[in-house]
Amino acid sequence: MSQQNNWPLWEVFVRSSRGLSHVHAGSLHAPDAQMAVRNARDLYTRRNEGVSLWVVKSSDIISSDPDEKDSFFESPQGKDYRHATYYKASEGVKHL
Amino acid sequence: MAPSAPQEPGLSAVPSYEEEQSQARFDALIDRDARVEPRDWMPEPYRKTLTRQVSQHAHSEIIGMQPEANWITRAPSLKRKSILMAKVQDEAGHGLYLYSAAETLGTSRDELNDQLLTGRAKYSSIFNYPARSWADMGAIGWLVDGAAIANQVPLCRASYGPYGRAMVRICKEESFHQRQGFEILLALSRGTEAQKKMAQDAINRFYEPSLMMFGPPDDQSPNSQQSMAWNIKRFSNDELRQRFVGMIAEQVKVLGMTLPDPELHYDEVKKQWIHKDLNWDEFMNVIKGNGPANSQRLERRREAHREGAWVREAATAYAAKQAQSEVA
Repeated sequence: MSQQNNWPLWEVFVRSSRGLSHVHAGSLHAPDAQMAVRNARDLYTRRNEGVSLWVVKSSDIISSDPDEKDSFFESPQGKDYRHATYYKASEGVKHL
Repeated sequence: MAPSAPQEPGLSAVPSYEEEQSQARFDALIDRDARVEPRDWMPEPYRKTLTRQVSQHAHSEIIGMQPEANWITRAPSLKRKSILMAKVQDEAGHGLYLYSAAETLGTSRDELNDQLLTGRAKYSSIFNYPARSWADMGAIGWLVDGAAIANQVPLCRASYGPYGRAMVRICKEESFHQRQGFEILLALSRGTEAQKKMAQDAINRFYEPSLMMFGPPDDQSPNSQQSMAWNIKRFSNDELRQRFVGMIAEQVKVLGMTLPDPELHYDEVKKQWIHKDLNWDEFMNVIKGNGPANSQRLERRREAHREGAWVREAATAYAAKQAQSEVA
């Protein structure tokens, strides 16, 4: 009954204030990039949530394979020495 | 990301080794109360339940714009009109957040929209009651949005990531809705006798429907248990209703009004609120489409969609033209 639009899906990233990164806020449909930015403003910044917006077509995002996540992210496993908390002997030494 | 074909009953094959592994991974996520994300494998009934719940929720927000939008021109001051417009805009926004979440489960936006327009999808029965007076804007904000918040706060922790994230955003915005409703009633409660009467009348009409927004009693709500096992729902219908009725029983005193329920009291022995029997026959009847405003709400939605057709067509044509000139 309704005519189908098939407008592309856009992912919206909002910078909440200067000095912070853009953070994913959600997604929306829009016919083109300009409309996507305007709709993103109306949808995701109705209460001063942002000072800058990015929109990117969802289909342009390349992501890691969720099925591979265990093997793909296994490199840091067991490498506690990459964290400061690994080094216990120096505990109590000031300004270290 | 097409949804996998629904399994036909009686034809389900023996699960393959991969399927068993996937099911085990899914179960492990649920067991440790972690979140399921769109590209994770999930059992078909989980996907189906969520698609239904999230899209019904989205439809409710979209239809929910109407009772209040109808009052914008009649709101008693410029400030009240501005507030009401902001609220209706929020509801459109909430609908869109939720449609986005529903889409990540594999059903397209156009299909979801079509389900609403053709009457195949359900939405919250509360919006099929007419908003007769200005005081109804107060009662809707206080009771209807109040019940919605009680329902929605635990959904922020729903196991499906995109749904939970949409709910976090929605809950933050809803709190103003409830307060502004309460303050409309508070202003009326300090007004003339006629204004007090109007406020009490609105409370009388919305009390019972708002209690029914939590859904049927636990022993008559067969899907609830599965939803709770999947960590979609965190509290049962009756638990949430209890919590809500306890809150409004106190709040109504600030208004100097009463709830239309002489039986309402806290039973110290049972440690629960006792309220009057709710009219579930009426509830089911309204859900089936026979409520006072069902056909009007859907017709208005279709009309708005038809009237917006030229805007959508123009935007699509403009986008196509721009894309072409980029190529040239």
